[in-house]
Amino acid sequence: MLVYVTRRIIYVIPIVISVALVCFLLVHITPGDPLVAVLPADASQELAAQMRSAYGFDRPLPVQFGLWLWRAIHGDLGSSIATGRPVLSEVLRAVGNTVTLAIAAALIGFTLGLLFGLIAGYFRDTWVDKVATSFAIAGVSVPHYWLGMVMVIIFSVQLNWLPAVGAGPGGSGAWGWDWEHMKYLILPAITTSVIPMGIITRTVRALTGDILSQDFVEALRAKGLREWDVFRHVIKNAAPTALAVMGLQLGYMLGGSILIETVFSWPGSGLLLNSAIFQRDLPLLQGTILVLALFFVTLNLLVDIAQAAIDPRIKRG
Amino acid sequence: MAVMSDTALQAAPITKARGYWATVGRRIVRDKVSMVCAFILVLIFASALLAPWLGLADPYQGSMIRRLRHIGTPNYPLGTDELGRDMLARLIYGGRLSLIIGILPVIFAFVIGTSLGLVAGYVGGRLNTAIMRTVDVFYAFPSVLLAIAISGALGAGIVNSIVSLTIVFVPQITRVAESVTTGVRNMDFVEAARASGAGPFTIMRVHMLGNVLGPIFVYATGLISVSMILAAGLSFLGLGTKPPEPEWGLMLNTLRTAIYINPWVAALPGVMIFAVSICFNLLSDGMRSAMDIRN
Repeated sequence: MLVYVTRRIIYVIPIVISVALVCFLLVHITPGDPLVAVLPADASQELAAQMRSAYGFDRPLPVQFGLWLWRAIHGDLGSSIATGRPVLSEVLRAVGNTVTLAIAAALIGFTLGLLFGLIAGYFRDTWVDKVATSFAIAGVSVPHYWLGMVMVIIFSVQLNWLPAVGAGPGGSGAWGWDWEHMKYLILPAITTSVIPMGIITRTVRALTGDILSQDFVEALRAKGLREWDVFRHVIKNAAPTALAVMGLQLGYMLGGSILIETVFSWPGSGLLLNSAIFQRDLPLLQGTILVLALFFVTLNLLVDIAQAAIDPRIKRG
Repeated sequence: MAVMSDTALQAAPITKARGYWATVGRRIVRDKVSMVCAFILVLIFASALLAPWLGLADPYQGSMIRRLRHIGTPNYPLGTDELGRDMLARLIYGGRLSLIIGILPVIFAFVIGTSLGLVAGYVGGRLNTAIMRTVDVFYAFPSVLLAIAISGALGAGIVNSIVSLTIVFVPQITRVAESVTTGVRNMDFVEAARASGAGPFTIMRVHMLGNVLGPIFVYATGLISVSMILAAGLSFLGLGTKPPEPEWGLMLNTLRTAIYINPWVAALPGVMIFAVSICFNLLSDGMRSAMDIRN
């Protein structure tokens, strides 16, 4: 196990460096001067040159990358061009809100997905299966930002039950676990949960069907096991794959929250990314993407290790 | 003896075994869900293509006095948008750009990813390592994040949005193509072709491509659904199409301000994205089960 974990961690290092390289290069595929957002339109050549050397944009690219990476490792992702505040603290504060949203959505989506998937797989080709499968296919096909709009139309505009935008009363960014704040979480969390719900339903349904058709299930039944105990074996065998898919989905929710957060003005990393893009705040854009991608890589690593821990067959492979 | 073999020949029933693809085709045609989806898609594609000849209102012509009419208003069956433009016309014309920006990335990625995966899977060795490790890097980003990061860096625009989505899908298709190719590579008929002196390029084109294309194609069809949602999503954020072009994602964006006045008209463009996306998903599922001949 230790060998496997070590090997997985070593394998992640080149990925992390490449991810950093991609994030770094993003700024350099941008058309125009990266300082265009801060310099006044009538800035003199000298001022532009001065700013460029202050930000280090006048050095050769590999040197810039090396310096940037060195600072990034030490937790310095530069300062936001728009606000002047350090990128890392801006990103971490926003990520906190995104994590809150992702966990709430995961609770809803994973529970429903597992439930629908197990039931649909167990009662394959019955009406229960058809209903669950329809939910699943709708979940993976719906443009979730549109679903968010529809939710706002129904529950905020028409029924006036829940707030349409924001993450708390008074527009403050501070989160609290009370009803006043929870009201703001409900709609975005439900909207975010539909995709993982659909994907997990489909995965678990297929897994359950596969496992039930294997010979050992027949043997369990022949042995006289009650149906519930057979079902427990199904769950045990489906767990590693289901876990991997759930981990991946959690990562997608953390990293892909920009559309939902824009619809609901949820003050998370997605909304931060949105403003970084439109204010052309390149250090902030770079930093946000780097932090989110690293989250995703770490999550994948943890999932792999957890999978190996509960399924001994994986380590041998 | 001669007579005997003659009757034996006559007795043998002349059955031409139906080919694999013909069987798959028959199975799809018999699948009601797939056929309904195909019909809806043909309808949406045809109306988008034939939009100028359908007698619709001008999708760009607005009017300040007839803004945000409700669904069912005379002359405006689906109401009007925030600038008084006919929604029905904009939804149908909107299909043109929406379908192009949603489907083109998958087609490009299909061509590029299949080639990369085929080469990586067939040649193997260092080239495989180089291609597949590069692919791994892109897998370190959630696809929505990658698409938005690239288009955010490149700037808004239709071409940039297609480029960024192509970059998102190439690694996914490459991975599928590589794994399918690796599976086919060691089969006897490939060995036979090699033994009979066929070069690597001929083997890949003649013997491998036909055998790997099916599964990759099905995977790519499923990706169209994701691509439609993401492409419209980029426009929704303001990173794709620019106003006043009719495009479903952008229409959703500009109509967002109208949800307090005329909510259901504002939601209409999303219905179109949903319809196309779910039809492609179901069609992909139908093809997958039709190609799984074991059932």
